[in-house]
Amino acid sequence: MTTIKEQFVIQKRYSTWSMGLMAVGILCLIILFITHGAKSDQREQARFWASLLQNSLYFLLVTNAVMFFMCATTLSWGGWQITFRRVSEAISVAVPVIGVISIIVMLILVFGSNHVIYAWADPNNVKQSHDLQSKSPFLNKGFFTVWTLLIVSLWSLIGARIRKLSRSTDDNPLTLDEGKRFTWTNTVWAAIYLVVFALSVMSTIPWLWLMSINAHWYSTMYSWYTWASTFVPACALIAIFIIYLKNQGYLELTNDEHLHDLGKFMFAFSIFWTYLWFSQYMLIWYSNQPEETTYFIDRLGTSSNPSPYKGIFFLNLIINFVAPILILMKRGSKRNWTTMTFMCVLLIFGHWLDFYQMVFPGVMKDPVTCQTRVPFMLLDFVVGLGFIGLIMFITARSLSRMPMIIKHHPFLKESIIHHT
Amino acid sequence: MAIKKFVVGSFDDEAVLFPAVRSVRRSGYKMHDIYTPFPIHGLDKAMGLKDTSLDTAGFIYGITGTATALGFISWVFTYDWPLNIGGKPHFSLPAWIPITFELTVLFSAVGMFLTFCYLCQMAPFVKKDHFNLRSTDDLFVMALECTDRTNEAEAVACLERVGAKDVKIDRRETRWWLGRYDKDTKMFGMKETEPVA
Repeated sequence: MTTIKEQFVIQKRYSTWSMGLMAVGILCLIILFITHGAKSDQREQARFWASLLQNSLYFLLVTNAVMFFMCATTLSWGGWQITFRRVSEAISVAVPVIGVISIIVMLILVFGSNHVIYAWADPNNVKQSHDLQSKSPFLNKGFFTVWTLLIVSLWSLIGARIRKLSRSTDDNPLTLDEGKRFTWTNTVWAAIYLVVFALSVMSTIPWLWLMSINAHWYSTMYSWYTWASTFVPACALIAIFIIYLKNQGYLELTNDEHLHDLGKFMFAFSIFWTYLWFSQYMLIWYSNQPEETTYFIDRLGTSSNPSPYKGIFFLNLIINFVAPILILMKRGSKRNWTTMTFMCVLLIFGHWLDFYQMVFPGVMKDPVTCQTRVPFMLLDFVVGLGFIGLIMFITARSLSRMPMIIKHHPFLKESIIHHT
Repeated sequence: MAIKKFVVGSFDDEAVLFPAVRSVRRSGYKMHDIYTPFPIHGLDKAMGLKDTSLDTAGFIYGITGTATALGFISWVFTYDWPLNIGGKPHFSLPAWIPITFELTVLFSAVGMFLTFCYLCQMAPFVKKDHFNLRSTDDLFVMALECTDRTNEAEAVACLERVGAKDVKIDRRETRWWLGRYDKDTKMFGMKETEPVA
């Protein structure tokens, strides 16, 4: 039997790329700060903060969805993920890091003097609006802060616990009974994480963090929609790391079968995302209530007065629905590394664009004319690349610190002989 | 009728079957099919079967469903019987998407089901000849077709060498027919092999 490369060594070119991406990201942030953030006009400042908010929340929720992928497959005893489990574990190390960035940004927005993004955080706004008053038991500074801090620390702590559990088998082979107990402990922790996940990403967290940018508007489908929008790029992120590592000669036990299943996840949840996207749109279009349609008026406009976000709105649908359904449908394309790499990059960008149109139209809206506008988005895109660099850096660093394969995991054989 | 001559070998172990398939293919015999009581992962690849075209058929059925739904609804609501529903335009795509989706699913599901039955030659009252009835229970049955260039004795020896438990030469109807087994075996003049009770 050929030996398995267990130790990941970071290539120089890889670290150059991750450092370079982080550097241009920070550079772009500085440019944004000088051109917008340092201005005295609050609306100009908000454009700078919105960029940070959108990027940090998107990548936080994506890396956290990698945790969800790990825990959901563990809870359902899906053994097939074990050969590349260490990759998902390494990506999930990014959750606390990006979580701290997001928390700082959000707390500045809530407790700072600028309330353009979170209008509900301004007591004057709340006094004038009946809607905000009736939402205030949920949408207030205290609950926002406590819940945000609690949830992000729970994600980080449970993530650390699960990674530690997985590391605990590295040096000692398990007996049959120990293996059973190990599987059980894993299942319990995955279940605890999923309960936290259901109370956070699946319900309250997107309402607090993202939907409250449009504080007067509400949609009960919003959290599911946000979750679907982060789960697809999470699978894409895992797949793209697997392809990179296989090209470097690692992960010998992971093969086309595993990649095929990840491709199925990307395909299936792209359709699921479209289902939620469309359901949210159609119900609002159908009932035609003014307080509900404002969200889509900002993004789509009316036939006589189209919104500047109309192009992004439809590009979003083309990238995240039409492209996956046409390209990923065939079995062969899910097993082709080139097609998969292309689709992974496209979907990570596509859902970044989705988050862009969730955050920016509300922030850029002029309160007097009620007109919204698209800022120079290339800068936000490069800030996003900075976060990609951060994820690349953290993932490689944590991968190089543990064996690439969980060699004593009870489900390892099941994963090696996995067949779709 | 297409009654053909086959060399039929029965295996009772998957671990024997896979190397056997490989060496029989390498020997160049024309493999008719392998009958197994349950689906075996990887056997299609080992036998060198082509990928199914059922997915392409499903795609075409789905597109047909989409076109039917969109075409019919838009004809009804814009031309044949326009109704004012809540002040919405007559051509209002979002409201039609759910029905279009349902018809796409319905057409592709029913179409693929029927196509699958056709490809597998399965339908009510349709009968197929069995090589060995135990292939529905506990045996893997491999049938090699005898062409005019096949040396039957050699083929039998080959199957025995690769581990078949029971090898025999058989004449079987390869296509389907309507009717009942007990009468039809007589009809095809197949006296030498009695149907298994």
